[in-house]
Amino acid sequence: MKFGVVVFPGSNCDADCFYTAEKVLREEVEYIWHQNNHLPAVDALIIPGGFSYGDYLRCGAVARFSNIMPEIVKFAENGRLVLGICNGFQILTEAKLLPGALLRNDSLKFICADVYLKVENNNSPFTNAYQPGEIIKMPVAHGEGNYFCDPETLAGLKNEGRILFTYCGPEGESAAEYNPNGSLANIAGIVNKQGNVLGMMPHPERCAETILGGTDGLTLFNSICGWLRKADSK
Amino acid sequence: MKANVYVTLKAGVLDPQGETVKRSLHLMGNDDIEEVRIGKFIQIKMRNQGLEQARRQLEEISDQLLANPVIEDFRVELAEGE
Repeated sequence: MKFGVVVFPGSNCDADCFYTAEKVLREEVEYIWHQNNHLPAVDALIIPGGFSYGDYLRCGAVARFSNIMPEIVKFAENGRLVLGICNGFQILTEAKLLPGALLRNDSLKFICADVYLKVENNNSPFTNAYQPGEIIKMPVAHGEGNYFCDPETLAGLKNEGRILFTYCGPEGESAAEYNPNGSLANIAGIVNKQGNVLGMMPHPERCAETILGGTDGLTLFNSICGWLRKADSK
Repeated sequence: MKANVYVTLKAGVLDPQGETVKRSLHLMGNDDIEEVRIGKFIQIKMRNQGLEQARRQLEEISDQLLANPVIEDFRVELAEGE
């Protein structure tokens, strides 16, 4: 199994994602530079967090027009797995692979904190190793994580089970005080219609080892590996 | 030729920056200020060409890159010459 980690100028979680794939999951992994015109043979793509192109204009707006993006879009349209974390989520919405947009946090502050999440749907390539409704803890670190979309899109996301993670309290309480950024419907992570593209603001790669303070993020990567292995053996 | 592109948040999209500036203006005693919305102003210089063609191009680039139509509106102002 092989992961690809896309690197834009300004990506800064690429090494963490690479490390998780190589040292924690013990799978193959390769960096993919944004100027490349083709993708190597990989089973899943990670678009890491950071500040691609300095967040100029809007977060993710400039990355969308880099050389590698049409290849990523093709990869996604072929049903292959794409995981966008933080800035990666912002890039995926700008590239229209995911609906909606990420606005400035309602507090106007950059938030760097551990937050609780509820696994709203564990029937996905990204969440199948979690328990239904499991409450997990992951770090967030962003200034623009306030998810927004129009009411029809939100209804679609809800009805189709496309909201995988929501912000919540330690006991799973859904309340404004546990929503760190003002996100619509407490949304922390969503998938596309086909379910093969996930965008999320929290950082699973920052909690994939006990020494990092938790392994709730590892479960997400284990879900991906399990799903790919199962798909492979079919 | 020169163009100005104004990018503003759509009505209904919360503008926490505008809200914060409004609160500050109220603290300064400007009780009459009812709403503040903050947007972007982009100045563009381009090779001279037909006004209609230039406008089409500017609207296209605004729709694709300068603004995000999910959350923003844009307005193009065009001036020939200079």
